[in-house]
Amino acid sequence: MNFRKYLVLAGVTVFAAAGDSMLSHGMKQTGSISVHHLQDVIYAVLNPWVAFGILLLLAFFATYMTALSWADLTYVLPATSLGYVILALVARFVLHEHVSPLRWLGIALITGGVGFVAGGPELTKHEHPEPADELSTVADSPLLGKDAGNGAPEVGVSGKL
Amino acid sequence: MKSIYTWSAILAIVFASVVGDVLLARAMKQVGDVGALWRRAGLGVVIGRTLGNSYFLFGVMAMAVAFFSLLFALSWGDVSLVAPAAASLTFIGNAVAARIFLHEKVDRRRWIAASLVAAGVALLAG
Repeated sequence: MNFRKYLVLAGVTVFAAAGDSMLSHGMKQTGSISVHHLQDVIYAVLNPWVAFGILLLLAFFATYMTALSWADLTYVLPATSLGYVILALVARFVLHEHVSPLRWLGIALITGGVGFVAGGPELTKHEHPEPADELSTVADSPLLGKDAGNGAPEVGVSGKL
Repeated sequence: MKSIYTWSAILAIVFASVVGDVLLARAMKQVGDVGALWRRAGLGVVIGRTLGNSYFLFGVMAMAVAFFSLLFALSWGDVSLVAPAAASLTFIGNAVAARIFLHEKVDRRRWIAASLVAAGVALLAG
């Protein structure tokens, strides 16, 4: 794990939390959408908070995919939950909302869990890299250009750089 | 009766998002280290290789199913039940699925982490 990778994980956390908050704020301005007027959801996108929230969630998705390309799912997922902690801290110290003792306990549990998993290796080293099966042959299409000769996916590469 | 609907929808969210996460994780392992690939071959190759991966496309579809299940669940149940229940069950489900399907080494450290996070999320969002 180098600094750049920690930065990507921080991006996963921050983009998810910020994107969700912006969406939630924007949708409260828009008002509830009736089942009989589902097309109203299109107008919701015109709300700047909603639009910016969607942009942030796209950034979240990009960083999440990047993290999954070099770390285990069970390593990345706990990191995403740190977003809940950030939201609670923002609610307490920026918005001055009341945070109940149960929620502080929740914050402590999540932080502890993330600290636990962060102390271990981020990628399982496979002794025998899995051969590419038929589904992955799409990945070896001409789209790849000069990388097409690589063939086997880099499943078993070591995470330590 | 309504709670049966709500819990079915919650289970649908959990199932679809676990399937989605596992497919996306597998897709990205096949794509390879995005940072290294970007430096070596450029952003276009990274995007082309990701979008061209079948696991990625099925993963995104599963995530879409999870999203619509969430909409259904929210229309039947309270957000204070649906959100924490779905999120924390997804953490546990993912730990099991990553071990079985991705052959990740989910050791005691990761089990404890997944359980702590699941409990914490349930408390925070509840």
